[in-house]
Amino acid sequence: MLEISDLSLTLDGDKGPVEVLRDINFVLRDHLLYVFTGPNGGGKSSLAKVIMGIYKPTSGKIILNGEDITSLGVTERARLGVGYAFQQPPRFKGLTVGELLQLALGKELSVQECNYLYDVGLCPQDYLEREVDASLSGGELKRIEIATLLARDLNVAIYDEPEAGIDLWSFSRLTETFQKLHDRCETTLILISHQERILSLADEIILVADGTVKEKGSKDVIWPLIMGDAICTCPTNCIERAEDSVECYR
Amino acid sequence: MNAIDKYILHTVAGMHDIPQGAYNIRKNGAGISRNTTANIDIRTKEDKPGIDIIVKPGTIGESVHIPVILTAEGLEDLVYNTFDIGEGADILIVAGCGIHNPGNQNARHDGVHDFIVRKGARMRYVEKHYGEGNGQGQKILNPKTIVEVEEDGYAELELVQISGVDNTKRDTVARLHKNAHMLVTERMLTDGNQFAESKILVELVGQDASTRIISRSVARDSSQQIFYPRVVGLNMCRGHVQCDAIIMHQAQIRSIPEIAANHADAQLVHEAAIGKIAGEQLIKLMSIGLSEAEAEETILKGFLK
Repeated sequence: MLEISDLSLTLDGDKGPVEVLRDINFVLRDHLLYVFTGPNGGGKSSLAKVIMGIYKPTSGKIILNGEDITSLGVTERARLGVGYAFQQPPRFKGLTVGELLQLALGKELSVQECNYLYDVGLCPQDYLEREVDASLSGGELKRIEIATLLARDLNVAIYDEPEAGIDLWSFSRLTETFQKLHDRCETTLILISHQERILSLADEIILVADGTVKEKGSKDVIWPLIMGDAICTCPTNCIERAEDSVECYR
Repeated sequence: MNAIDKYILHTVAGMHDIPQGAYNIRKNGAGISRNTTANIDIRTKEDKPGIDIIVKPGTIGESVHIPVILTAEGLEDLVYNTFDIGEGADILIVAGCGIHNPGNQNARHDGVHDFIVRKGARMRYVEKHYGEGNGQGQKILNPKTIVEVEEDGYAELELVQISGVDNTKRDTVARLHKNAHMLVTERMLTDGNQFAESKILVELVGQDASTRIISRSVARDSSQQIFYPRVVGLNMCRGHVQCDAIIMHQAQIRSIPEIAANHADAQLVHEAAIGKIAGEQLIKLMSIGLSEAEAEETILKGFLK
């Protein structure tokens, strides 16, 4: 179980401090699948990075299974079973896909464990020896990133826009994988996503906007809110021109 | 051979024991062990220190190990080795040098390696340099490598400086004839106050000759590195120079790649980059449970592989 209470985050921007997150409160239970959704720049990835320990919160608490992990670093949280699949994963010259999976797993890869690559739509034979460098496409890299998380036995697993850059066929495989993971594991799953099919997997959707949690609820409650906002999000009052969306977004 | 000799041989030449095939082991300025085969002859030069290694045409799948060990301080070893790789041969040459300098005087090995890779022959040449020893004496290695690749020939040079070499000036020159190809991969790690300079010049003389030079280096502490990789196109040819360096602490790196085309159909490219380890690479590895130091080590190990 992951509890976040009164969490806020202020980061230094070019023009001084920027309040990225404020007054975040929620409890995420084991075995449930949560989707964080909301507009770009709303704070979803920052929230994920605070949970992983990449950003230190300015105030508030993070409790994992009753233990206060707020002051712990990235490595310590990883060892307590927190995992984060990056939205834009880094590349590594010289490190192979097999070696990266092995590091994530913490032991030698067995044939069975190579199946994590199948789960993201990649053939292990073709990929285990490949380097995680610029020779991989963005979509391949993203799928390998997801596989490094699948390889781990986690309490909390966060996937940051797992669908980004992934082709339709692999995406379909991926949603099945998340569904299987949800059915079989006790892990608290957090998917950051805007995709309706991913939202459909959620036990609960958390709408993050303007650095805070705007709404929580089932898809039936949240989806109409998102669709309502999606017509026009520009700040000026242009409701009359909403149908002419090109004009509206200009 | 004692335990230090064996350790150095293992480090620079991957040798656990006496190797299969042809070999010549040189220790503190003199040959101590040699083996030739029906296809590979090794002869001591008569006019200067060094050996001639002659590989018969058509020799396939054999190897030659010619490691050098220096375990005494105050020794300056200069050696000239000549390699003649016969037409159509396909061969591996492993030539490492390890210095164990226990004292306060310098130990130095300057090796001049001169290769001719004849028509249609293929050669893979692996050279590893390593230094150790607790004294104040410097471990100095100045290799000069000269390569001529004839028509349809292929040469691969893998030049690795593992660690512990205080001062090195490497000089590599090559001439490639018609449809000859060469791949040079250089890996270098310096730390402390070490200094390393590497000059590589590849001349693409013949039509359809091609080369790739890939240099990867890591400079730590207050060490300094300078790279001058150059490719000159004198015919219809292709050349690619790629220099990548990771800089850490107070180190300094200069990278000066040069491409020169003296023919309108020469296609030459160079790339050079110097930078720190990316923060996101560290965080990614830490987020799968590695400590920061382990993450750094993993990144450097992969980069220099």
